[in-house]
Amino acid sequence: MVTKERTLPTMDTKLKAFNLKSDRNPDWCAGCGDFGILNAIQQAVVELQLAPWKVQFFTGIGCSGKTSQFAQMYGIHTLHGRVLPFALGAKIANPHNVVLAAGGDGDGYGIGGGHFLHAGRRNVDITYIVYNNEVYGLTKGQASPTLEVGEQPKSLPLPHISQAINPLALAIASGYTYVARSYSFDAKHLKKTIIEAMNHRGVSFIDVHQPCPTYNDLHPKEYYTEKVSSGDGELPRIQYLEDQGYSGVVEDASNKDEYNAKRTAAIAKAYEASDRVVLGTYWKVDLPTYSDRLKDNFPTLREHAPIDIPFHDDEMRPTTDLASAYAEFLI
Amino acid sequence: MSRKTETSWMIGGPQGSGVDSSATLFARAMAAAGYWVYGKREYHSNIKGKHSYFQVRVNHEFVRSHIDPVHVLATFEDSTADIHAHEIVPNGALIYDPGLTKPETLEMDASVKLFPLEYEEIIRELADEMNKPAAKLGIVKNTIAVAAGCALYGVELDAVKKALEGMFTGKKAKLVDVNYRAAKKAYEVMAKFEGLNDFEFTMAPQTKMPEEGTRLLMNGAAACGIGKLKAGCRFQTYYSITPAVDECIYLEGHSEYGIVVYQAEDEIASVNMANGAAITGARVATATSGPGFCLKAEGIGWAGMNEAPTVIFNYQRGGPSTGLPTRNEQGDLLFAVNIGHGDFPKIVMAPGDMEECFEDSFNCFNFAERYQTPVIVLVDKALANSTQTINIFPQEHLRVDRGEVVHKVEGIDESDPLQCIEKFPRFKVTESGISPRTLVGTPGGLHFLTGDEHTEHGFITEVPAIRMEMMEKRARKSVTALREIPEHLQYKLYGPEEADLTIIGWGSSKGVIIDALDRLKEQGMAVNYLHMRLFAPFPVEGITNILNKAKKKVIIESNFSNQLAKLIRMETGLDIEYKAVKYTGRPLSQCEILDTVERVMVKDERKVVLSNGH
Repeated sequence: MVTKERTLPTMDTKLKAFNLKSDRNPDWCAGCGDFGILNAIQQAVVELQLAPWKVQFFTGIGCSGKTSQFAQMYGIHTLHGRVLPFALGAKIANPHNVVLAAGGDGDGYGIGGGHFLHAGRRNVDITYIVYNNEVYGLTKGQASPTLEVGEQPKSLPLPHISQAINPLALAIASGYTYVARSYSFDAKHLKKTIIEAMNHRGVSFIDVHQPCPTYNDLHPKEYYTEKVSSGDGELPRIQYLEDQGYSGVVEDASNKDEYNAKRTAAIAKAYEASDRVVLGTYWKVDLPTYSDRLKDNFPTLREHAPIDIPFHDDEMRPTTDLASAYAEFLI
Repeated sequence: MSRKTETSWMIGGPQGSGVDSSATLFARAMAAAGYWVYGKREYHSNIKGKHSYFQVRVNHEFVRSHIDPVHVLATFEDSTADIHAHEIVPNGALIYDPGLTKPETLEMDASVKLFPLEYEEIIRELADEMNKPAAKLGIVKNTIAVAAGCALYGVELDAVKKALEGMFTGKKAKLVDVNYRAAKKAYEVMAKFEGLNDFEFTMAPQTKMPEEGTRLLMNGAAACGIGKLKAGCRFQTYYSITPAVDECIYLEGHSEYGIVVYQAEDEIASVNMANGAAITGARVATATSGPGFCLKAEGIGWAGMNEAPTVIFNYQRGGPSTGLPTRNEQGDLLFAVNIGHGDFPKIVMAPGDMEECFEDSFNCFNFAERYQTPVIVLVDKALANSTQTINIFPQEHLRVDRGEVVHKVEGIDESDPLQCIEKFPRFKVTESGISPRTLVGTPGGLHFLTGDEHTEHGFITEVPAIRMEMMEKRARKSVTALREIPEHLQYKLYGPEEADLTIIGWGSSKGVIIDALDRLKEQGMAVNYLHMRLFAPFPVEGITNILNKAKKKVIIESNFSNQLAKLIRMETGLDIEYKAVKYTGRPLSQCEILDTVERVMVKDERKVVLSNGH
């Protein structure tokens, strides 16, 4: 059963993005894409009128992982590659809070690659943002899983001899119900995309391109702003899906033909060879969330979230009646 | 001939042939007849075909362990007699299919009484009687084998009927009739044997009949699951692994309690999902076994550093590596107390019997939340998979402790968003080491969590003074825990205060050793037993006192290197002079405990290696 209704805990907080700065200043390198993403997250939370104390912001390990230290929310800096399990566990046990997860490309597609796949098929109602700069910055620029074969940023002693993964196609194939790409310094687009992702019911994923000014000299900020020559003359590197007349939104998920056709198109779009960086929503479909499926299958969870089911009285005596747990063993 | 008050019965067969359900039927029938039972299950890491067996000890009194001799061996195929016939005691009995088993070819005592059952013929008769094709009734072979044993023991057919009714309920209730008819036929066939009436090991009828509905026949995995339900566990994560999966499947079958059982993509995900859930205020556990426990190390360290109340059940099996996946071993103790890099407080406990499985599974959540540490519960495979009759768990004494949680932050005006986003000193330095925690959603309770060393608000720091303060704060929780956790949940001395020999053990060894104490007492020996249940923090003072008072000490463990003996020496500096180990992957038997005591007391053997059982 799909419930379209959103239940984000919103209120008119009158907070501004600067209110969501923590007492710690970021220690990222000057020009790092992480700044753009942090700002966009803070702005999105404010614009969505989310109560920051009801937001759990989980991050992985690496430069990106530190983001949770700099935003004034419940920030949880987890383990390398494990941000998704943490986020999923938090959301399933206690669905009252908004769960936002973020991490780097090495964290999410490398050491956490297995979790990345499986988070898709669960469709738990969380948003996952991956900072994609093709390198492991904090350990001095080793290749991440998104670095193309043959490329050699200055931090690599030899050209890279492994192929890159395609995070968007992988996400669509894994069952993510919202898949988008954005760019760290396209503030407007990134904020809009984060808002759209957080408004999506189900697991939403944004692959955010970003420069690493220290280790990735192949794709610095200038790379993203320069024009690219094409048959139609000079065009900006950054393009938008909506300008191409593409929509990856499934209007009716119960229509299998539409669903399959859009999915095939979305994967094709994700693989479209181009020297452009194409931002936008590649795929969006409304499917039952993990919580919907739990409710469909377990009557006890229809009324209450797991965390809300009482198990003791005021005197702290446990109140759970074991009769049905005992039934098969009684003699 | 006098009837017996104790017996040991065995059934075996290829995996997938119904050995387990046969044993359950037998145990239920014996329980229905008022006896107390203890069933040991041995199986291979295999789905179908390899040999598995179930041994059930039956007694007039409460029993906690198995014994080695077999009085009746029930078989319905050809392999079990070949493998186990030599274990049958003189004048014991073999129930077998004469078409498949030739007793003269077996290595077996000549005095063993033979009870050939023409299974095919019995099934044909049954088929005629029920007007059904015989091919469809092959499954009742097991029931015939079980019922034949019950008849031999002198148990009323009605007990078998009750057992069938207890086993087949709901949609399966229609199976009672055919199985009961099969059992009845088995009784009729057995009645024709001359040897039936002078069988040496017939059981005396129970004189102290327990009241119906006051006992449970269950295994340790279910006892742990029930303890978790009682404790209000609302989320359990796992990755499929033997033998931990039994508890998870049990819990998944009880969704009426509102527990979400989540089969994660891997072991690492399951521990970290538990971490994520634990910090939201839910009661959460993850269950695993050896190899998976290894993979959880980093996640457990995170829980330690962030003072998250994550509960980890490790169902121990034979190691290292894949080891003996379906066999018993107490090989994870030292790993558990040292798991994770760096120093952080954790609680490591191990239940010793069904009652402790229930109680520890309840208490572990209290400890996790009160001391804000990961709690590791080590359960032996021999407990998880053994079946026992027990009294319904006492529950009156149980209390829930949610620890120090701040639901409303003092001085925060909740209508002012700017105050609501105030940060909170989640890791405040306190004397007890315990810092009151806020949960996400609490206005003015904002804080940061990180596996890095952190300030009281959770900001990353590498300042030496703060590092020291935080390490010390966390470590103090161990001291607090040791002071507060009741002594009997840490360790307990069973048997006489003054003894010539003190046996030390833990986990599933408890039952077998306590059962042996009774025999030793009958033999006029003063032996007591120090049962250890809490290993981290280690109760140094209490254990030191007991060991110093003991005249002679022997430690018995199911691992290769006497891990508890090492831990005791590490923590107390005391060496235990006599050591016994068993690392065959099979649980200790009462006979082995008696054997160990004799070898220590009479032969002065410093190291005893035990190896009974198949």
